[in-house]
Amino acid sequence: MSTSTAFVEDPVRPQPPIDGSYKHPEELLDANHDIVTLGDKIADVVVAKPQPKVWWFFFLVGFGLLQGLAIGLVWLFYMGVGVWGINQPVAWGLAIVNFVWWIGIGHAGTLISAILLLMHQKWRTSINRFAEAMTLFAVACAGIFPLIHMGRVWLAYWLFPFPNVMAMWPQPRSPLMWDVFAVSTYLTVSLLFWYVGLIPDLAVLRDSARNKLQRWVYGFFSLGWRGSAFHWRRYEKLYLLLAGLSTPLVFSVHTIVSFDFAVSIVPLWHATIFPPFFVAGAVYSGFAMVVWLAIPLRHLYGMKDVITLRHLELCARVMLVTGLLVTWGYALEVWMAWYSHSAYEWHTTWQRMWAGPYAWSYWALILTNSVIPQLFWSRKVRMNEWMVFLISGSVHIGMWFERYVIVITLTRDQIPGAWGRYAPTIWDYSLMIGSVGLFITLFCLFVRFLPMISITEMREFLPFKQGGRDGHSCMENAK
Amino acid sequence: MSDAHTPATPPLYGVMAEFKTADELIAATKAAVDAGYTRLDGYSPYPLGEVADHLGFPRSEIGAVMFIGGVCGAVLGFTMQTWITVIDYPLNIGGKPFWSWPQFIPITWALLVLTACMSGVFGLLALCGLPQPYHPVFNVDRFRRASKDRFFLCIEAVDPKFDPAAVKAFLTTLKPDDVAEVPE
Repeated sequence: MSTSTAFVEDPVRPQPPIDGSYKHPEELLDANHDIVTLGDKIADVVVAKPQPKVWWFFFLVGFGLLQGLAIGLVWLFYMGVGVWGINQPVAWGLAIVNFVWWIGIGHAGTLISAILLLMHQKWRTSINRFAEAMTLFAVACAGIFPLIHMGRVWLAYWLFPFPNVMAMWPQPRSPLMWDVFAVSTYLTVSLLFWYVGLIPDLAVLRDSARNKLQRWVYGFFSLGWRGSAFHWRRYEKLYLLLAGLSTPLVFSVHTIVSFDFAVSIVPLWHATIFPPFFVAGAVYSGFAMVVWLAIPLRHLYGMKDVITLRHLELCARVMLVTGLLVTWGYALEVWMAWYSHSAYEWHTTWQRMWAGPYAWSYWALILTNSVIPQLFWSRKVRMNEWMVFLISGSVHIGMWFERYVIVITLTRDQIPGAWGRYAPTIWDYSLMIGSVGLFITLFCLFVRFLPMISITEMREFLPFKQGGRDGHSCMENAK
Repeated sequence: MSDAHTPATPPLYGVMAEFKTADELIAATKAAVDAGYTRLDGYSPYPLGEVADHLGFPRSEIGAVMFIGGVCGAVLGFTMQTWITVIDYPLNIGGKPFWSWPQFIPITWALLVLTACMSGVFGLLALCGLPQPYHPVFNVDRFRRASKDRFFLCIEAVDPKFDPAAVKAFLTTLKPDDVAEVPE
């Protein structure tokens, strides 16, 4: 029994037009939203509107490619890793290339959600949710490769320290062991961070559900969140601390990935430049993927007012900086090889750049990763969606080649008798393409069933006169 | 048909006022606390630190929970590696000492982060009493907008000063959009 006046749902407020009549002081919003229209816009994609037909196109393409992974895995498990192109001396083939490529892509999601939060960057709010989803799915794709590269994947649990009848333990001095802990921690923490961010949004979906099933499912996952001030206080503290721990975690995870190479005594791998060089490359490729996800969302879901050209421009700037950092890394590798007077370092560099059979891949890397992205110096290019999209594509290729060039170093050892060649087989490629399919499939499902942009944080981000708090007060409120 | 055990009117959880803006809720919370109410809670679609401040909850427990969780994880992780490499399964790896502790740091760090984050998340759920699918505030129909665009202040029946009529009168002076009784 309530003495309250009867509940009257407000009539649906029309969405504000995207016609350039509204100017956000920082160009981070292109329509005059208030907390209702903004929340409706993002929530309706999930609970109300039918998906655009093109969703099915992307989903089916992704699901089709995913079959490449399924078939490739079945064949691999049946036959063993001999179906791949790996051999002696190149025992690390595409599996490791793809592992590092995917996990690098994942890092930008954490960078956006955690580091940019700590640095009070307002523009992160519009892109952090789907960037975090990207992180999760990229780490899921990455995680497949080292497991299957071990050969007997059904024994993967031997990686974890647990008392067993063999009376053996994993060897905690090995970077490969560090990798196990770093990557599984990273996946778990990314999942927790993402879910904690989602809880209030799931409550929004529960309350704007159009049918019983939606209300039940979103209600279940929102855990009964009711927006109590006491809960918010704890929530914000948790959110800030998760961001604070994720930040060094990102650096440590990719540092440890680079240790897989750098702790070995292979010329050009055994280098102290590797950890920072890998982290910069990870952020570089991750932002390229954020751009590749943001531009379709802008067009297919009409998110141009929320993800503005300014966001893309800022992503392009980050790519310009990280691109220069990796370019500096390439230059330092050559410089150190020459300056060290180590015959082995210089020989390997010479083989990599000129004399070896894969020198073309080194120059493909330099072209796509270091030369083409210099176009980002121009503001015109940074503000042009298509140019940003194309250059990001170049970065995807470049960052893949970077890992390829590193792995392929193994073809030229110090005596010609130990030289070899490496060519991926169709099964290498089917797993690689299949992992792309897995990523697309998961991302399509995410866009279909969860808010692609954080509703709660976007409401808070709105200027005061539009009903928000003009940015994140997470840092101030977290106590 | 009425059940003999059901009282004629269900007991009240509290009385709730609804506001249009965040600033109104913040002001109302302060007014209610100044008026001597001690058991009350504010509800908002996005976090408002000021409400928690006025409610006398200036600092949450999450930091301590995560610190303790992280220290436990780090200590356990380091001890585990020491026990493996020194006591239970000593291996000579490249002539390094068994207790080559700098090499234990990466796993120690990973476990520190893992346990700190997990204790933070589960600590949040435990301290907030979540998951809690049912709560009396959901009995108020208009509360659905607490996740949309409205801000609520609920003075609870457990408050020593609680008297439905007086609380309602008091809340009305704060110029809310609506005042509602919250049935248990």
